[in-house]
Amino acid sequence: MVSHELTATPLMSRVWQRHTLAQKLSRLSLWLLIGVAVLLSLSSISVIWEFLWDAPEQMADMGSRMWPLDFPYYPATVHAALLETFHIATLGTLFSMVLALPLAILAAHNITPHAGLNLFAKTMLVASRSVNSLVWALLFVAVFGPGPLAGTVAIACRSVGFVGKLLGEALEEVPRGSIEALKAAGATQGSQILYGYWPAVKPAFWSIMLLRWDINVRESSVLGLVGAGGLGMAMNAAIDLFQWDRVAVILLTIFAVVVIGEVVITYFRRKLI
Amino acid sequence: MSVVLSIQGLTKAYKPGVPVLKGIDLDFDERGLTAIIGSSGTGKSTLVRIINRLVDPGDGTIVFKGEDLSRIHGRQLRELRRRIGMVFQEYNLVERLSVMENLLCGRLGYLSPLKAWLRRFPQEDIEHAYQLLDVIGLSNFANQRADSLSGGQRQRVGIARALMQRPELLLADEPTSSLDPKTSVEIMELLKSQGEDNKIPVLVNMHDVELAKRFADRIVGMTGGRVVFDGLPSRLTDDHLKLIYGGEGWLQ
Amino acid sequence: MSSASIPAARPFESSLGAKLLALFILAYACYALGQLDFSWPRFVKGIDNGARFLDRMFPPSFKNWDQLLTGFIESMQIAVLATFFGVLISLPIAILGARNLMPSWATWPARLIVTLCRAFNPVIVAIIFIKAVGFGALAGVLALVMGSIGFVGKLFMEAIEEISMKQIEAIRATGAPFASVVAFGVLPQVMGRLVGFCTYQLDANLRNSTMVGIVGAGGIGGTLFAAFQRFEYDFVLAILITIIAVVLLGELLANYVKRIFNGES
Repeated sequence: MVSHELTATPLMSRVWQRHTLAQKLSRLSLWLLIGVAVLLSLSSISVIWEFLWDAPEQMADMGSRMWPLDFPYYPATVHAALLETFHIATLGTLFSMVLALPLAILAAHNITPHAGLNLFAKTMLVASRSVNSLVWALLFVAVFGPGPLAGTVAIACRSVGFVGKLLGEALEEVPRGSIEALKAAGATQGSQILYGYWPAVKPAFWSIMLLRWDINVRESSVLGLVGAGGLGMAMNAAIDLFQWDRVAVILLTIFAVVVIGEVVITYFRRKLI
Repeated sequence: MSVVLSIQGLTKAYKPGVPVLKGIDLDFDERGLTAIIGSSGTGKSTLVRIINRLVDPGDGTIVFKGEDLSRIHGRQLRELRRRIGMVFQEYNLVERLSVMENLLCGRLGYLSPLKAWLRRFPQEDIEHAYQLLDVIGLSNFANQRADSLSGGQRQRVGIARALMQRPELLLADEPTSSLDPKTSVEIMELLKSQGEDNKIPVLVNMHDVELAKRFADRIVGMTGGRVVFDGLPSRLTDDHLKLIYGGEGWLQ
Repeated sequence: MSSASIPAARPFESSLGAKLLALFILAYACYALGQLDFSWPRFVKGIDNGARFLDRMFPPSFKNWDQLLTGFIESMQIAVLATFFGVLISLPIAILGARNLMPSWATWPARLIVTLCRAFNPVIVAIIFIKAVGFGALAGVLALVMGSIGFVGKLFMEAIEEISMKQIEAIRATGAPFASVVAFGVLPQVMGRLVGFCTYQLDANLRNSTMVGIVGAGGIGGTLFAAFQRFEYDFVLAILITIIAVVLLGELLANYVKRIFNGES
């Protein structure tokens, strides 16, 4: 260091480089990659430009058809559909809880020290998460026929992966000390889970469930578009008949539900933490 | 010597009815290091921050080189700020940027935003930055990230950043309070010598009396939002210190 | 909490409140099941149906792999464009909405936009856009751009609100204009997290692009829905398997990109 300072380069010839050459190259190639991806997508995606330029006009037209809102439609149809959506979301969340608990335990390698079982559980969880709730709904409408049953099972199937993954990670982060103390006291596997793991992950568990419930309320409002019950079914009917004033009422209802949901969730989360 | 900075009747209250500054009158000449001393909570930090308007003043005027800066805003304020360098207690470097980039931050007031985003700094600024790195003894640290430096090194970078502005006045808000005694002396030496070399006044706000006596050309003592001593360090007596800090148990 | 003293005395006993809550949830579940007209025979019949359904799904058929590929490429394009433009629009909105940088006249409109974008499921937004710009990928891109603004915009806004204001103060003290303060004070502090949000959003958009396709906004979802309507359940399974594989791959890739950036900056 000292010798280096003595032989410092002459003042006027120093050029400042923000990055080294390797850094520059990797950054440049990343930007290039992003640029190429965007340009390729832009150039080959099928966009009918006339439709795009026409969009503001169409939106304005739609807006004018939405006004005035058809408020009497709410007590007539929307309210029942809203309750159905709420039931779908809540029941789906409860079912997913029942299914996710064993899978999360199987996926956590510190509770289930068996690589095969871990892999099996993790694959199930990934499969559940990768398939969208709307796709799940499509499948279950084919199985159970249209209606809220398909929606509930779809919500449950989609949520299992989410809850199971997060809960499994929470279980794996439980410090080993408290578990080893229980083991030393001769606790069985069952009581280790009940008295060692469960108290440690309880807050995380409830906050995951709340988060998922919040998401499920939003998601179940669209499941009806493929016939799985709830608000989406009412919306689909209104759109097919071009009753935009009714669509607007449904949109307003969804917005209100989301806002109320956010308030409720915030309240509960504050109580939990 | 002519007056560079003139403060008249300055008051400040963060909460209505609880004044922090109760009428400050001070003039600063074009040379020399002034130490503002006082216990914490007497408003000396507020005073320094009002000068470059990080804090808005209450009543009173602050005239800097013939220009009243107490009510300016927008572009005028930015142009004023770039003429005044500031050194902070906790260095306030941008942690994730390199030392060089932190130094160049001092030139942002002179650079268009577009050039700033593209990091197109004039070669002259970069050379100036290298010269300052030589001065503060961190020539080999140009490309190190600021969060890898020690406290003393960071504060030297903080001073260099302020000097990058080629300021006409240098402010330092408790520059040594987070440092060990030896490093504190080095930082004070740097502030003093740079003030002299660049022929600019330096205002340092501090609570270490010995350090102030050793380096200052003038000492301003504050208590309860008022100036209670203003003069040469040699004239500062224990009676003054009792007045400034209250009590006497701490005086040996 | 007031019940904190009870568990301390009897660590493994659940409190009365928790028991009541569990009872309430159970009662609600029974009530809701009745409301939704779930019945055991229906469920059994469904299981029966499901078995036949599964039977027709196996083995998966990759016979129409060219359709699969076309659909996937379109989904990919939708995801890339939606992420790119979504993030691009999110940046200024997030800066406008950050309460530590901006006065309230700027923050509340920005926050309103983000809330609106978040409130509606991309599928609903896609339906609206289909009415506006017609069926196809464009509607999908626009819907997912809105979704991305809602997600990235919110997280980015929160990240900006957590930065150290001391560093900002120092840059302001040099007389830097606002845009330069953003470049040298704000962005360096949040860049790492922003990269994380972007890779996550690309992943999410790829998943969601399968969803918006079902209502007619282009991509693999459209292919899937068409296969469903033609009862080609073996092709449906092939598409589902591909989706799962791609999502898995995407997750691995996202981890890799994150590592590049974290190692670098």
